[in-house]
Amino acid sequence: MTNNTTPYAIELRDISKRFGAVQANKDICLQVPAGTVHGIIGENGAGKSTLMSIIYGFYEADSGHIEVDGKIVDIRNSQDAIKAGIGMVHQHFMLVENFTVLENVMLGAEGGALLQQGMDAARTELKRLAHEYSLDIDVDAVVEELPVGLQQRVEILKALYRGARILILDEPTGVLTPQEADHLFRILRSLTEQGVTVLLITHKLREILASTSNVSVMRQGEMVAHRETAKTDKEELAELMVGKKVRLKVDKDDATPTDVFLSAKNLSQFDSQGVKRLKEVSLELRAGEILGIAGVSGNGQSELLNVLSGITPMDEGEIQFAGQTITASAPKNAAQMRDMKMAHVPEDRHKMGLVTGFEAYEAAVLGYHNSAAYNGAFLMNRKAMLDECNTRMAAWDVRPPNPHLKTANFSGGNQQKIVIAREVEQNPDVLLIGQPTRGVDIGAIENIHEQIVKLRDSGKAILLVSVELDEIMALSDRILVMFDGAVVGELDAKDADERTLGLMMANAYNEDQKGVA
Amino acid sequence: MFDTLIIMLDATLRVSTPLILAALAGLYSERAGIVDIGLEGKILGSAFAAAAGAAIFGSAWIGLACGIAASVVLAMIHGFACITHRGDHIVSGVAINTIVAGLTVTLGLDWFGMGGQTPTLSGDQRFTDITLPFADALRDVPVIGQIYSNLLSGHNIIVYLAFLMVPVTYWVIYKTRFGLRLRAVGENPHAVDTAGISVAWIRYRALIVCGILCGIAGAYLSTAHNAGFLKDMSAGKGYMALAALIFGKWRPVPVMFACLLFGFLDAVAVRLQGVVIPGMGEVPVQLIEVLPYVLTVLLLAGFIGKAVAPKAVGRPYLKERA
Repeated sequence: MTNNTTPYAIELRDISKRFGAVQANKDICLQVPAGTVHGIIGENGAGKSTLMSIIYGFYEADSGHIEVDGKIVDIRNSQDAIKAGIGMVHQHFMLVENFTVLENVMLGAEGGALLQQGMDAARTELKRLAHEYSLDIDVDAVVEELPVGLQQRVEILKALYRGARILILDEPTGVLTPQEADHLFRILRSLTEQGVTVLLITHKLREILASTSNVSVMRQGEMVAHRETAKTDKEELAELMVGKKVRLKVDKDDATPTDVFLSAKNLSQFDSQGVKRLKEVSLELRAGEILGIAGVSGNGQSELLNVLSGITPMDEGEIQFAGQTITASAPKNAAQMRDMKMAHVPEDRHKMGLVTGFEAYEAAVLGYHNSAAYNGAFLMNRKAMLDECNTRMAAWDVRPPNPHLKTANFSGGNQQKIVIAREVEQNPDVLLIGQPTRGVDIGAIENIHEQIVKLRDSGKAILLVSVELDEIMALSDRILVMFDGAVVGELDAKDADERTLGLMMANAYNEDQKGVA
Repeated sequence: MFDTLIIMLDATLRVSTPLILAALAGLYSERAGIVDIGLEGKILGSAFAAAAGAAIFGSAWIGLACGIAASVVLAMIHGFACITHRGDHIVSGVAINTIVAGLTVTLGLDWFGMGGQTPTLSGDQRFTDITLPFADALRDVPVIGQIYSNLLSGHNIIVYLAFLMVPVTYWVIYKTRFGLRLRAVGENPHAVDTAGISVAWIRYRALIVCGILCGIAGAYLSTAHNAGFLKDMSAGKGYMALAALIFGKWRPVPVMFACLLFGFLDAVAVRLQGVVIPGMGEVPVQLIEVLPYVLTVLLLAGFIGKAVAPKAVGRPYLKERA
C-alpha cells in the first residue's frame, strides 16, 4: 500500500463482531479500490452477511473501523451508511410490494413533507439514472407485479437515487434466471465504468469468476484470503472456502435404467383461484436413474412434487405406480403413497419436512410414526426411536449427534440430513427430492450428493427437483425443464450445458435457435 | 315520507360521527402495522375523562382536551407494549379495554359518588348544535332547503370535524411524506428501516394520531351526543369502527361510507321501534338492534370481496432477519 495512490473506496480495519458465544467476524480487513467489482465469497454462516450488515449500519461492530475514500466514517445506523454513500441490495428485497416503483425509490428520500414536489424531482432523476446506467423501468408500475429481475433493478435504483457510490449486493442471483443474472452483471459493469464500487456477496464460484476483479474469501468469521480474480480458479476458491479439497463434480458411473417404476400421463392441477399451475405433465421414472427437473423457482416444480407425492390431488391425468393407477377420481393421499414405498424429501424442510419444535429423534420418524418398529402395545417405543436416531446420526454424520436437540437448533445442512436420512432409510422404491442442498454447506452438499447417487446405484428411481443448475447437471442422468407449469424440454445430462438449460428455463430455447439460423 | 327520510339521515350523521372518528383512528394505527382492538377502551376512557373534565372545569373544550389526553395516554401504553416491547397487539388491546371498563366506573364512584356516572352536563359543559348561515331562511325551500336546513345544519362542531377528517386523512395518507412512511411501515417495516427511517418512531406517531381521534370520538359521546358519562357508554362502537375499517378496506373514503351504513342501520333500528307490521305484530326491539351486527357479519363474510390487510399488521418488528 503506497501513499501516492488514490485512497480506497472502502476500507475495513480489524472489524470484529461477537453474538454471545459466536464470533461472527474476527479482525476483518478489506481494501476495495474505487470503480471495481469486489467479490466476497464464503459458505453459509461464514460471516459475510454480518460483515455487510455492519457496513450498512444494521449492526455496530465491537471493534475496528470503516474508512470511505480515506476518511474514517462512523456508521451506527442505515442512515449513516446512506450518508456515507453506501447502498445495499438485500438478498430478500426491501421493497414495499404494493407501492409503485417511484414510491419505493422515494421512501426515506422524499425531499419534503409533501410528496408531489419530490415525486416530480424523483421522476426526472430516475429518467437520468435509467439513461446513464441502462436501467430502464416503468416508474409507475406496482412492484409486486414486476418480475424479480426488475424488482432487483428497483433496489439498485433506490441505492443510486440516494447517491450511493458503493453498492453492496447480497446473493443477488439467487432468484434470477441465468439470462437475468448475465444482464445484472452487465449493469454492474456499466456502474463501475461510472465510478461506482460494487461489493458482490455470493457463494457461487461461477459468478465470482465471471464478474469480479478481486475476490476475498471468508471462512468461519475470518477473512482467509484475498486474490486477484484473474489469478485464481474455481478449485482454489472452493478449497479456501471450506478449508479442504472438495470435488465439484459428483463421481458416478453411467446410469443403467431398467424398469419403469413410475409413469405419469398428462398431469394437470389448478390452484384455488382456478389458475392452471401444472399443465399436462408426462414423465417416466425408471429404476436406477436420477431424473432432474430444472426450472426457475415457481414454474410448477412444487406442484409436480405435491401431486406425485399425493399431498395435493391432481385434477387431470393419471399416475401408474406400484401396479396401481391413480387418477383424479381414484386418488391416493400422501400416507398411502408412502405405504407404496414412495419417499419424499420436501423442498422446504422447515414448512414441510420437519416440526422444528420437535427433538431430533421425534422428527426422524415423522410420516413413519405408525410403523410397528416405533410402537409398543399402546405407547410409542421411545427407546427404539432413540436407538434408530443414534444409528442414523452416526451413519449420516449429523452434528451435533444429539437426538434430544430440537431440530430448529441444527444447522441447515444437518436438518436436511435428518430429513433425507429419514426418507432414504425406509428403503423406498421411488424417492422424490426437492432442493436437497438449499442452504446447505459445501461439505454437507458433497455428502448428500453421494448418498443420492448411492441410492440410485442400488436400483432405486430418483426424481430430483432443484433450482441450482450445477446440482441438476452434476447429479441427473436425464433432465426435464419446466416452464410455466409445463415440461418444455428434455435432455440427456451429457448434452446439457448451462446455456442450453438457461434458455430452456426462460422458454427461449427454440426462439434462440431460430435466431441463430 | 321525505321528512321521515331527512330525520333518519340526520340521525345517521349523529350516530356515525364517533364511528368515523374511531375508524379513522384505527386506520392510522393499522396502516402503520399496529392492530388496535383497544379503540373501544380509548373511546370509553376518553368519554369519561371528557365528561369529568367538563363537569369540573365547566367547559366542553377543556373536557375535550381531557378526553384526548386520556386517549393518547392509553395509545402510548399500547405502543409501549407493542412497539417497544414487541408484545402481542391483541392482548395489549384487550387489556386496555378491560382496564378502562373497570377504571372509569371506579374513578367515577370515587370522584362523583353517583353510581359511576358523571354529573349531568349542561350549557357550556356540552358542545351545542351550530346553525349554519341562512339555515332558517332557507328552511321552506323544497328539497334543497330542507336538506340544508334540517340535515346539514344543526349539528355540533364535532360532527363537522369528523366528516372533515375524512379528506384530511386521505390527504395525509396519500399525499404526505408521513403518509408514505406510515403505509410503508405497515407493509414492510424492513424496507423502512433500511431506508434509514425509525420504524418505532413512525408507529408511535401513528398511535398519537390514533389516540387524538379516539379522544375526540369519546368526548363526542359524553359531551355532545349525551350529557354526561354512563357506564359502558361506548357500547361496542370501537368494535363497530374496527369492522367498518375492514369493510372499507383500510381506505378513508370507503371507511366513511361503511360507518354511514352502520349508522343508518342504527337509525333504522330506532325508527322501527314500536312499529306494527300487519300480520306480525310489533317488531321486537332486540331483532332490530341486532341488525347492524348481523349485517356486518354477513357483509364481511362474503359480500365485499377480499379485504387485504396491511401486510405487516400485528407483527412485532425485529431487526434481525432469518
